[in-house]
Amino acid sequence: MTDVREALFIARTTDGRTVRRPLSPHLQVYKPQMTMALSIMHRITGVALAVGALILACWLVAAASSDAAFDTVSMLLHTWIGKLALLGWTAALWFHFSTGIRHLFWDVGHGFELPQVHASARFVLIATAVLTLATWFVGLLAL
Amino acid sequence: MSKSPTQTIMRSGLGLVRGLGSAKTGASHWLAERATGLALVPLSLWFIYSILSLLGAPRAAVVAWGGHMVNATLLLALVLIMFHHMAMGLQVVMEDYIHSEKRRLVSVLLMKAVVGLFGLAATLAIIKLALVG
Repeated sequence: MTDVREALFIARTTDGRTVRRPLSPHLQVYKPQMTMALSIMHRITGVALAVGALILACWLVAAASSDAAFDTVSMLLHTWIGKLALLGWTAALWFHFSTGIRHLFWDVGHGFELPQVHASARFVLIATAVLTLATWFVGLLAL
Repeated sequence: MSKSPTQTIMRSGLGLVRGLGSAKTGASHWLAERATGLALVPLSLWFIYSILSLLGAPRAAVVAWGGHMVNATLLLALVLIMFHHMAMGLQVVMEDYIHSEKRRLVSVLLMKAVVGLFGLAATLAIIKLALVG
Protein backbone atom coordinates (compact mmCIF):
# COMPACT_ATOMS: atom_id res chain seq x y z
CA MET A 1 0.00 0.00 0.00
CA THR A 2 1.61 3.23 -1.13
CA ASP A 3 -1.08 5.60 0.01
CA VAL A 4 -3.62 5.54 2.84
CA ARG A 5 -6.33 6.19 0.30
CA GLU A 6 -5.65 2.74 -1.17
CA ALA A 7 -7.71 1.37 1.72
CA LEU A 8 -10.75 2.99 0.19
CA PHE A 9 -10.18 1.41 -3.20
CA ILE A 10 -11.96 -1.80 -2.29
CA ALA A 11 -15.27 -2.37 -4.03
CA ARG A 12 -17.43 -5.35 -4.91
CA THR A 13 -18.54 -6.55 -8.28
CA THR A 14 -22.15 -7.56 -8.87
CA ASP A 15 -21.29 -11.21 -8.17
CA GLY A 16 -19.70 -10.32 -4.85
CA ARG A 17 -15.98 -10.56 -5.65
CA THR A 18 -13.84 -7.82 -4.13
CA VAL A 19 -11.89 -5.73 -6.63
CA ARG A 20 -9.45 -2.87 -6.40
CA ARG A 21 -11.31 -0.03 -8.06
CA PRO A 22 -10.23 3.62 -8.05
CA LEU A 23 -12.58 6.24 -6.63
CA SER A 24 -12.89 9.67 -8.12
CA PRO A 25 -10.33 11.95 -6.45
CA HIS A 26 -11.53 13.82 -3.39
CA LEU A 27 -11.59 17.61 -3.23
CA GLN A 28 -8.36 17.91 -1.21
CA VAL A 29 -6.40 16.08 -3.92
CA TYR A 30 -7.03 18.83 -6.45
CA LYS A 31 -4.97 21.96 -6.85
CA PRO A 32 -7.36 24.89 -6.21
CA GLN A 33 -8.64 26.19 -9.52
CA MET A 34 -10.68 29.15 -10.69
CA THR A 35 -13.40 26.85 -12.07
CA MET A 36 -14.03 25.13 -8.73
CA ALA A 37 -13.95 28.45 -6.86
CA LEU A 38 -16.60 29.93 -9.16
CA SER A 39 -18.71 26.80 -8.91
CA ILE A 40 -18.91 26.87 -5.11
CA MET A 41 -19.30 30.66 -5.12
CA HIS A 42 -22.36 30.29 -7.38
CA ARG A 43 -23.93 28.16 -4.63
CA ILE A 44 -22.81 30.39 -1.77
CA THR A 45 -24.11 33.55 -3.47
CA GLY A 46 -27.36 31.73 -4.24
CA VAL A 47 -27.86 30.94 -0.55
CA ALA A 48 -26.91 34.52 0.41
CA LEU A 49 -29.40 35.89 -2.12
CA ALA A 50 -32.11 33.67 -0.65
CA VAL A 51 -31.58 35.44 2.68
CA GLY A 52 -31.73 38.76 0.80
CA ALA A 53 -35.01 37.71 -0.82
CA LEU A 54 -36.52 37.17 2.65
CA ILE A 55 -35.44 40.72 3.57
CA LEU A 56 -37.01 41.97 0.32
CA ALA A 57 -40.26 40.28 1.39
CA CYS A 58 -40.02 42.09 4.75
CA TRP A 59 -39.45 45.41 2.97
CA LEU A 60 -42.51 44.85 0.72
CA VAL A 61 -44.70 43.85 3.66
CA ALA A 62 -43.52 46.91 5.59
CA ALA A 63 -44.23 49.18 2.61
CA ALA A 64 -47.74 47.73 2.35
CA SER A 65 -48.36 47.97 6.11
CA SER A 66 -47.58 51.28 7.80
CA ASP A 67 -45.19 54.23 7.99
CA ALA A 68 -43.86 52.90 11.30
CA ALA A 69 -43.08 49.45 9.86
CA PHE A 70 -41.47 50.96 6.75
CA ASP A 71 -39.35 53.33 8.86
CA THR A 72 -38.17 50.44 11.04
CA VAL A 73 -37.03 48.37 8.02
CA SER A 74 -35.43 51.48 6.43
CA MET A 75 -33.64 52.27 9.67
CA LEU A 76 -32.28 48.71 9.95
CA LEU A 77 -31.07 48.78 6.33
CA HIS A 78 -29.36 52.12 6.98
CA THR A 79 -27.23 50.84 9.87
CA TRP A 80 -23.65 49.98 8.92
CA ILE A 81 -24.45 46.27 9.14
CA GLY A 82 -27.46 46.84 6.88
CA LYS A 83 -25.36 48.76 4.37
CA LEU A 84 -22.65 46.11 4.43
CA ALA A 85 -25.29 43.43 3.83
CA LEU A 86 -26.75 45.45 0.94
CA LEU A 87 -23.27 45.81 -0.58
CA GLY A 88 -22.76 42.07 -0.17
CA TRP A 89 -26.13 41.31 -1.75
CA THR A 90 -25.38 43.64 -4.67
CA ALA A 91 -22.12 41.80 -5.35
CA ALA A 92 -23.78 38.40 -4.79
CA LEU A 93 -26.60 39.32 -7.16
CA TRP A 94 -24.26 40.41 -9.97
CA PHE A 95 -22.04 37.37 -9.44
CA HIS A 96 -24.93 34.90 -9.42
CA PHE A 97 -26.47 36.77 -12.38
CA SER A 98 -23.21 36.46 -14.37
CA THR A 99 -22.42 32.86 -13.46
CA GLY A 100 -26.09 32.02 -14.04
CA ILE A 101 -25.86 33.30 -17.62
CA ARG A 102 -22.59 31.34 -17.97
CA HIS A 103 -24.46 28.22 -16.85
CA LEU A 104 -27.25 28.88 -19.36
CA PHE A 105 -24.65 29.06 -22.16
CA TRP A 106 -23.21 25.72 -20.99
CA ASP A 107 -26.72 24.25 -20.86
CA VAL A 108 -27.20 24.94 -24.57
CA GLY A 109 -23.76 23.48 -25.29
CA HIS A 110 -21.56 26.55 -25.66
CA GLY A 111 -18.23 27.41 -24.05
CA PHE A 112 -17.13 24.00 -22.79
CA GLU A 113 -13.51 24.19 -24.01
CA LEU A 114 -11.07 24.85 -21.17
CA PRO A 115 -9.72 28.17 -22.58
CA GLN A 116 -13.33 29.35 -23.04
CA VAL A 117 -14.21 28.24 -19.50
CA HIS A 118 -11.27 30.23 -18.12
CA ALA A 119 -12.13 33.24 -20.26
CA SER A 120 -15.77 33.23 -19.13
CA ALA A 121 -14.63 32.84 -15.50
CA ARG A 122 -12.45 35.95 -15.81
CA PHE A 123 -15.30 37.75 -17.55
CA VAL A 124 -17.67 36.85 -14.68
CA LEU A 125 -15.25 38.25 -12.08
CA ILE A 126 -14.70 41.47 -14.02
CA ALA A 127 -18.44 41.88 -14.73
CA THR A 128 -19.26 41.37 -11.03
CA ALA A 129 -16.73 44.01 -9.94
CA VAL A 130 -17.74 46.54 -12.60
CA LEU A 131 -21.51 46.09 -12.16
CA THR A 132 -21.30 46.18 -8.34
CA LEU A 133 -19.24 49.38 -8.39
CA ALA A 134 -21.49 50.92 -11.06
CA THR A 135 -24.65 50.08 -9.08
CA TRP A 136 -23.28 51.65 -5.91
CA PHE A 137 -21.90 54.64 -7.80
CA VAL A 138 -25.33 55.33 -9.34
CA GLY A 139 -27.00 54.64 -5.99
CA LEU A 140 -24.77 57.01 -4.05
CA LEU A 141 -25.25 59.70 -6.73
CA ALA A 142 -29.04 59.28 -6.51
CA LEU A 143 -29.07 59.74 -2.73
CA MET B 1 -14.88 -13.80 -27.67
CA SER B 2 -14.86 -13.47 -23.92
CA LYS B 3 -17.53 -15.55 -22.34
CA SER B 4 -19.81 -13.44 -20.24
CA PRO B 5 -21.82 -15.02 -17.45
CA THR B 6 -25.44 -15.56 -18.43
CA GLN B 7 -28.51 -16.08 -16.35
CA THR B 8 -32.02 -16.97 -17.40
CA ILE B 9 -34.34 -14.22 -16.31
CA MET B 10 -37.96 -13.97 -17.35
CA ARG B 11 -38.13 -10.21 -16.79
CA SER B 12 -37.55 -7.82 -19.66
CA GLY B 13 -34.57 -5.47 -19.72
CA LEU B 14 -36.90 -2.56 -19.06
CA GLY B 15 -38.48 -4.33 -16.10
CA LEU B 16 -35.03 -4.88 -14.59
CA VAL B 17 -34.07 -1.20 -14.56
CA ARG B 18 -37.46 0.29 -13.75
CA GLY B 19 -37.58 1.78 -10.26
CA LEU B 20 -33.79 2.11 -10.05
CA GLY B 21 -31.91 5.37 -10.10
CA SER B 22 -33.32 8.78 -9.36
CA ALA B 23 -36.78 9.71 -8.19
CA LYS B 24 -37.46 10.50 -11.87
CA THR B 25 -38.40 14.11 -11.31
CA GLY B 26 -34.84 15.39 -11.72
CA ALA B 27 -35.22 16.53 -15.31
CA SER B 28 -38.23 18.75 -14.66
CA HIS B 29 -36.55 20.21 -11.55
CA TRP B 30 -33.40 20.92 -13.56
CA LEU B 31 -35.37 22.45 -16.42
CA ALA B 32 -37.53 24.58 -14.10
CA GLU B 33 -34.36 25.94 -12.44
CA ARG B 34 -33.05 27.02 -15.86
CA ALA B 35 -36.37 28.46 -17.04
CA THR B 36 -36.84 30.50 -13.86
CA GLY B 37 -33.18 31.56 -14.00
CA LEU B 38 -33.62 32.78 -17.57
CA ALA B 39 -36.76 34.74 -16.60
CA LEU B 40 -34.87 36.29 -13.69
CA VAL B 41 -32.24 37.81 -16.01
CA PRO B 42 -34.47 40.67 -17.32
CA LEU B 43 -36.53 40.80 -14.10
CA SER B 44 -33.49 41.36 -11.88
CA LEU B 45 -32.19 44.06 -14.22
CA TRP B 46 -35.56 45.83 -13.91
CA PHE B 47 -35.49 45.29 -10.14
CA ILE B 48 -32.02 46.85 -9.73
CA TYR B 49 -33.14 49.80 -11.85
CA SER B 50 -36.31 50.18 -9.73
CA ILE B 51 -34.49 49.97 -6.41
CA LEU B 52 -31.97 52.57 -7.56
CA SER B 53 -34.82 54.92 -8.54
CA LEU B 54 -36.47 54.39 -5.11
CA LEU B 55 -33.31 54.90 -2.98
CA GLY B 56 -34.01 57.11 0.00
CA ALA B 57 -37.63 57.57 -1.08
CA PRO B 58 -40.31 57.93 1.61
CA ARG B 59 -42.98 55.24 1.99
CA ALA B 60 -45.47 57.31 -0.01
CA ALA B 61 -43.20 57.13 -3.07
CA VAL B 62 -42.78 53.36 -2.71
CA VAL B 63 -46.58 52.97 -2.37
CA ALA B 64 -47.15 55.12 -5.48
CA TRP B 65 -44.54 53.06 -7.37
CA GLY B 66 -46.18 49.79 -6.27
CA GLY B 67 -49.59 51.18 -7.22
CA HIS B 68 -48.53 51.39 -10.85
CA MET B 69 -49.88 48.33 -12.66
CA VAL B 70 -46.74 47.66 -14.72
CA ASN B 71 -44.57 47.78 -11.60
CA ALA B 72 -46.99 45.59 -9.66
CA THR B 73 -47.09 43.01 -12.47
CA LEU B 74 -43.30 42.87 -12.83
CA LEU B 75 -42.83 42.81 -9.05
CA LEU B 76 -45.28 39.93 -8.76
CA ALA B 77 -43.48 38.06 -11.57
CA LEU B 78 -40.12 38.73 -9.89
CA VAL B 79 -41.24 37.53 -6.44
CA LEU B 80 -43.08 34.43 -7.65
CA ILE B 81 -40.31 33.30 -10.01
CA MET B 82 -37.50 34.23 -7.62
CA PHE B 83 -39.03 32.37 -4.67
CA HIS B 84 -39.64 29.32 -6.86
CA HIS B 85 -36.03 29.44 -8.19
CA MET B 86 -34.74 29.90 -4.66
CA ALA B 87 -36.72 26.98 -3.17
CA MET B 88 -35.41 24.69 -5.92
CA GLY B 89 -31.82 25.88 -5.50
CA LEU B 90 -31.84 25.58 -1.72
CA GLN B 91 -33.37 22.11 -2.03
CA VAL B 92 -30.51 20.93 -4.25
CA VAL B 93 -27.93 22.40 -1.86
CA MET B 94 -29.59 20.63 1.10
CA GLU B 95 -29.88 17.34 -0.78
CA ASP B 96 -26.18 17.50 -1.66
CA TYR B 97 -24.81 18.26 1.80
CA ILE B 98 -27.25 16.78 4.33
CA HIS B 99 -26.58 13.04 4.32
CA SER B 100 -28.98 11.84 7.02
CA GLU B 101 -32.29 11.11 5.31
CA LYS B 102 -34.36 12.26 8.29
CA ARG B 103 -32.52 15.56 8.69
CA ARG B 104 -32.58 16.15 4.95
CA LEU B 105 -36.35 15.63 4.75
CA VAL B 106 -37.02 17.88 7.75
CA SER B 107 -34.67 20.60 6.43
CA VAL B 108 -36.19 20.64 2.94
CA LEU B 109 -39.76 20.75 4.26
CA LEU B 110 -38.89 23.48 6.77
CA MET B 111 -37.10 25.51 4.08
CA LYS B 112 -40.10 25.16 1.75
CA ALA B 113 -42.41 26.33 4.55
CA VAL B 114 -40.28 29.43 5.25
CA VAL B 115 -39.75 30.29 1.58
CA GLY B 116 -43.44 29.64 0.85
CA LEU B 117 -44.70 31.82 3.71
CA PHE B 118 -42.34 34.71 2.93
CA GLY B 119 -43.26 34.41 -0.74
CA LEU B 120 -46.97 34.50 0.07
CA ALA B 121 -46.50 37.50 2.39
CA ALA B 122 -44.56 39.37 -0.31
CA THR B 123 -47.23 38.49 -2.89
CA LEU B 124 -50.00 39.75 -0.62
CA ALA B 125 -48.03 42.95 0.04
CA ILE B 126 -47.64 43.58 -3.71
CA ILE B 127 -51.36 43.00 -4.29
CA LYS B 128 -52.22 45.36 -1.43
CA LEU B 129 -49.88 48.03 -2.83
CA ALA B 130 -51.44 47.60 -6.28
CA LEU B 131 -55.08 47.61 -5.24
CA VAL B 132 -55.31 49.48 -1.93
CA GLY B 133 -52.12 51.58 -1.69
